Amino acid sequence: MSAMDVISLFVYYIVVYNIALLYGTVGEIVTEKSGSMNLGVEGTMAVGAIGGYLMGCLTDNLYVGILAAFVFAGLCGLLFAWLTISMQANQNVTGLTITTFGLGLYFFIGKGIGKAWPVMQQKEHLLQQVAEIRIPGLADIPIIGKGFFHQNILVYLGFLIAIAMWFYMNKTKLGLRMRAIGENPAAADAVGINIKRYKYIHVVLGAGIMGIGGYQMGLNLGGTFEGSNCWINGYGWIAIALVIFANWNTAKAILGTLVFGFFNTLQVYGSALAETFPKALGFLNAIPAQVYQALPFLITAIVLIFNSVKKNKTSGQPAATGINYYREDR
Amino acid sequence: MATDSYAIELRNITKTFGKVVANKGIHLKLRKGEILSLLGENGSGKTTLMNMLSGIYKPDEGQIIVDGQEVSIQSPEDAKRLGIGMVHQHFKLVDVFSAADNILMGDENAGMLLRRNRYEKIEQIAKRFGFEIDPKKKVCNMSVSEKQTIEIIKVLYYGAKTIILDEPTAVLTVQEIAKLFRILRKMKEQGHSIIIITHKLNEVMDISDRVMIMRKGEYIDTVLAGETNEQQLTELMVGRKVSLDIARPVVEHTKPLLEIRDLTIRNDEGAVAIDKINFYIRGGEILGVAGIAGCGQKELCEAIAGLRPIESGMMIHKGDNIVGLSPQAIIEKGIAMSFIPEDRLGMGLAPSLSITDNMLLKRYQKTGKPHSPFVDRKAGRQFAQQVIDELQVVTPSTETPVRLLSGGNVQKVLLGREIATGPNVIVTAYPVRGLDVNSSYAIYDILNKQKQDGVGILFVGEDLDVMMALCDKIMVICHGRLMGVVHAHKVTKEELGLMMTGAMDISELNGKTAGIAKDSNIQEGGEENA
Repeated sequence: MSAMDVISLFVYYIVVYNIALLYGTVGEIVTEKSGSMNLGVEGTMAVGAIGGYLMGCLTDNLYVGILAAFVFAGLCGLLFAWLTISMQANQNVTGLTITTFGLGLYFFIGKGIGKAWPVMQQKEHLLQQVAEIRIPGLADIPIIGKGFFHQNILVYLGFLIAIAMWFYMNKTKLGLRMRAIGENPAAADAVGINIKRYKYIHVVLGAGIMGIGGYQMGLNLGGTFEGSNCWINGYGWIAIALVIFANWNTAKAILGTLVFGFFNTLQVYGSALAETFPKALGFLNAIPAQVYQALPFLITAIVLIFNSVKKNKTSGQPAATGINYYREDR
Repeated sequence: MATDSYAIELRNITKTFGKVVANKGIHLKLRKGEILSLLGENGSGKTTLMNMLSGIYKPDEGQIIVDGQEVSIQSPEDAKRLGIGMVHQHFKLVDVFSAADNILMGDENAGMLLRRNRYEKIEQIAKRFGFEIDPKKKVCNMSVSEKQTIEIIKVLYYGAKTIILDEPTAVLTVQEIAKLFRILRKMKEQGHSIIIITHKLNEVMDISDRVMIMRKGEYIDTVLAGETNEQQLTELMVGRKVSLDIARPVVEHTKPLLEIRDLTIRNDEGAVAIDKINFYIRGGEILGVAGIAGCGQKELCEAIAGLRPIESGMMIHKGDNIVGLSPQAIIEKGIAMSFIPEDRLGMGLAPSLSITDNMLLKRYQKTGKPHSPFVDRKAGRQFAQQVIDELQVVTPSTETPVRLLSGGNVQKVLLGREIATGPNVIVTAYPVRGLDVNSSYAIYDILNKQKQDGVGILFVGEDLDVMMALCDKIMVICHGRLMGVVHAHKVTKEELGLMMTGAMDISELNGKTAGIAKDSNIQEGGEENA
């Protein structure tokens, strides 16, 4: 393999192994911008993963799986919405509950039913459907061509959703109203915007997007239920941090995903880089594996500290996120 | 038809919150094309009543009739459709949105996309209503008056025929109030019906056609503005004869107690909040601080109390430097600070703690055995009882959480705690903020009593009429700069207004710098005017 191919493959891995982060981040941005703080990303992604996988296996259809991932995770969002918007439950506590619940459901279906039910082992054909689609011309660009334009449908969909959500939130009137609720629900209410409807829709939409990300992770791991870890493996938490990194901007979330992905991928690909460029990157082999494993979380912590110290007047953080709105509150 | 001549009619409206009856059988008739003032003390239910028209609350009982038709207003959306618009006291604007986006966000008829030409469109519409605005300016960069203008345009843009304004003048300067009233009169000429909530009597007399008075959630009377006077309105509002004069006892002044020289302070964002200010407070005088909201008042109070580091300058208390001392050391020197923020509970008191606990917050070192790890609640309770008795705080017990008290009583507790420490300088910001006539006068009496005992008081206020009556001197700041220090009985409201907006600067008059005492304790300072 030439040096060029090694780097090209590195970029490819960054994208394909981390695109789920983009789904999680975009889903959470949509949720937070509409005024809800859903800390249940990890659980929601897990439910989307297992729901999508189950339905995908049953129907032997990748696209039914995507839809099911959206619907199952969306139901998690609906539960969150009902508890916090209709029942006025504390959003942070509810979000954590959704994580616990989601992971529980994942293990119940995956480890319990999954092993006993033969249909959930028939995944070969489903995985074959996650085929790479080559975009002519663009895929030939050196270094980044393979990573960005010779990928499977779930990667393209992730980028598409991120850009579409940016357009929706910043360029449409519905997006304006939804952001108004996240900033100041009383102001939105006073001009006659239906707060409940908007919040419900965006919490469910956000959760659904997270779910597709979870499904992508499950398929990437080949749908095995071995080991004690969930497929999501902490990515949901990193996504919440990425929201801050991306400054609540879904387009910037793409950049955030790639930056995190870079460090994440060093873990599995560092040795290949070290062998190809022994002089410049040889040190990558000397770093213990544990450091690589800790790296994404370490970076997350550093980014969070950096962002909270930095005084940013143009912060995209919605002012009313996490606070329940009750019109007659005095 | 008789009913047709009314834009809005309320019949027998009742609204309760839990056990509290906020409105009890209220009747209201708003004629087409008139300005009706709704007058009443705090807690008399004015805002609650109007919130039922704007769809924030739903009435428990009663009928709402708009243009002769009985209607049910379930939400702000319904109110908007019925042509009722309300400018709330706390503006309902999205800070990070531009003026245009704030107006557009409630427009259902506009297209799906946010187009670039929306700014021009909004600017033109504003012009048609007679306003000049910058449609791209973000709300967070606007002055209070600009925000209010946006709110009014918003209401007009949605096609409101009836416009309700809740205490619109509370945060405006004299000049801005005059401008607002011109706008209201013009809107009236164009056929709009207007309800204005206020408790400032001179404004009521100035702007309204009729005045409706409410007291403790009940309807009292409606009178023609031309046939009444301020004294009669007060009596209707309070329910008994009240003297409207604020006493200003003459007390012999002592030497300057607290002197501030060339003080510069930065705000949280790092911008200069107070810019090289000079002033001093003598014992037995009340020095008022006038300025538009957010002109550095908060930063100044915090700096004196030792809560905020200063950039440069001197703060001298009885000849001793207090710059850099801890808040505790400053308290021990006898400087007490009470700041009532806009939400009235945010600073100074812990809302969910009892009166006793709040007293102990400032006294725990002084009560109980020295070096004991335990809190002496008995002493705290006695202390709380003492404040309750002296200031006539209305509360079920000393153990009642502070947030359950009414606004006036909360403010009495805060001020009482500060006074009970026996200070010689009191810094008090907005002590009557949001209080009704009765409670306000109780607070003025407390301050005057302290003044007579030789305490120097820095009174940061917002109502110029009150400051001109209560204070001995008034210093005016504009964007953190001192505009001048004047004798309260010699100055006019218009002059204060001009100074507040920076149009008049008399901080350097006849080669003399305002705010530096002749008999200063500072020997070396102030060379330039020696």
